[in-house]
Amino acid sequence: MINVYDILETIRMIQDDCLDIRTITMGISLLDCIDSDIDKACEKVYTKITTKAKDLVKVGEQIEKELGIPIINKRISVTPIAIVSAACKGSPVKFAHAMDRAAKDVGVNLIGGYTALVPKGFSAGDIELIKSIPEALATTERVCSSVNIGSTKTGINLDAVKLMGGIIRECAEKTIDSACFGAAKLVVFCNAVEDNPFMAGAFHGVGEPDCMINVGVSGPGVVRAALKKYPDADITGIADVIKEISYKITRVGQLVGTIASERLGVPFGIVDLSLAPTPAVGDSVAHILEEIGLEKCGTHGTTACLAMLNDAVKKGGVMACSRIGGLSGAFIPVSEDAGMIAAAKSGALCIEKLEAMTAVCSVGLDMIVVPGDTPADTLSAIIADEAAIGMVNNKTTAVRVIPAIGKDVGEELDWGGLFGCGPVMPLKKESASKFINRGGQIPAPLHSLKN
Amino acid sequence: MRAVVTVIGKDTVGILAKVSTKCAEMNANVEEVTQSVLQELFAMIMVVDISKLNTDFAALSDSLTALGDELGVKVHVMHEDIFNCMHHI
Repeated sequence: MINVYDILETIRMIQDDCLDIRTITMGISLLDCIDSDIDKACEKVYTKITTKAKDLVKVGEQIEKELGIPIINKRISVTPIAIVSAACKGSPVKFAHAMDRAAKDVGVNLIGGYTALVPKGFSAGDIELIKSIPEALATTERVCSSVNIGSTKTGINLDAVKLMGGIIRECAEKTIDSACFGAAKLVVFCNAVEDNPFMAGAFHGVGEPDCMINVGVSGPGVVRAALKKYPDADITGIADVIKEISYKITRVGQLVGTIASERLGVPFGIVDLSLAPTPAVGDSVAHILEEIGLEKCGTHGTTACLAMLNDAVKKGGVMACSRIGGLSGAFIPVSEDAGMIAAAKSGALCIEKLEAMTAVCSVGLDMIVVPGDTPADTLSAIIADEAAIGMVNNKTTAVRVIPAIGKDVGEELDWGGLFGCGPVMPLKKESASKFINRGGQIPAPLHSLKN
Repeated sequence: MRAVVTVIGKDTVGILAKVSTKCAEMNANVEEVTQSVLQELFAMIMVVDISKLNTDFAALSDSLTALGDELGVKVHVMHEDIFNCMHHI
């Protein structure tokens, strides 16, 4: 018989410690939807998405019921739309509307892939798509957008960085009535990955098969609960506990992905081994760091604890599943993590520390609310700094900042639900305009003589 | 194919009988039962064979959960795969 202790442990992890599968994301290639007539192309996009994903939500709910584990989101990612829209004339926003309609009709809450990949320069369709992002996000409900502006192999496209600072501001300005939410659906990447199941940065890379299932796991609450049992363990012991828990969490991700793939008749891609927090009590990455021994997340020592956590999560998860991918690691979105929100409000967590943390965590500056009067060039400079960390360290970094139009430090933006609420965090006042306006390409870094 | 039914809550008369009856109605064969009562807290774990269910898994799960609500105990019905995958290499 299955061990009674194991059964109760699993139930406790789900009931008390918020263990869940964060997302089953179906990646769908739209390369066969390309058409020089934009309306025909959009119709093909709608048809392909609604055909491939028609059973996604139903199957997700079935699995949820059978295994007794919540599967929070069922989502879709598609081929970067800039590639699909390049052949046709007219505003690419039409594609966003087709995606939104398809997402609503199949019942998924978000669809990612309103994306352009411009790490080395712009090709046909890229600039039009980037310029249309604010309108696309303001006039759709479920569409998410991302732009890759740099990579370790290509360096950083500073022209794109400049452009994106303005686009982020415009996204916030156009959605002022919904607490600037447009900017929360836009991610600017360096070293973007092609199989990421997490929003808002998910897109289906051109190297991926026609259709596949990727799974993102979660479970910061479970890790924290496990660490609570070892108040006096040394840090090696703590790393071991995290590995063990991460293994268990990931096994469930592997199981869910395998079943979903069988029932949908779609190949299983990867498990993204992530600790993805939610604003719910007991589901915070910051609280894990505090459990390890920090008075408040963001204080000195945070980067070291996060580096250990991120590495242990991967080590534990690697053996638990056949293929890993995506962003794998610990996410540190400020507004989506109760501990991060508290730390930012108390002043212990500032943007400079967050930037340092992104050098060792899975992604980057995520869900950070900044003052509404932040100039576009300053947003671009934040992107450039973050992209530089990703480029040099050969890792994915991203920026998802939300300018709180009309608000300043001391106020906050509140979206509710999984997106949470974020206090406006102070930025440097000094300008980086001259640097940003130089344009051009930051050359790819040297990968020898490492020091 | 088996499912694990766990019942946790305050001990009352007839929990085991009522849960087993419900399983029998749906043709779920009870293979193993362990139960303990610790300081009035009742914990029962049943392993049931669900390969010959006369209904679907969701109906079994819903009706046992509803029975639990009636009895004032928490019932979970989960496929054995989740425990096997999580705790065995």
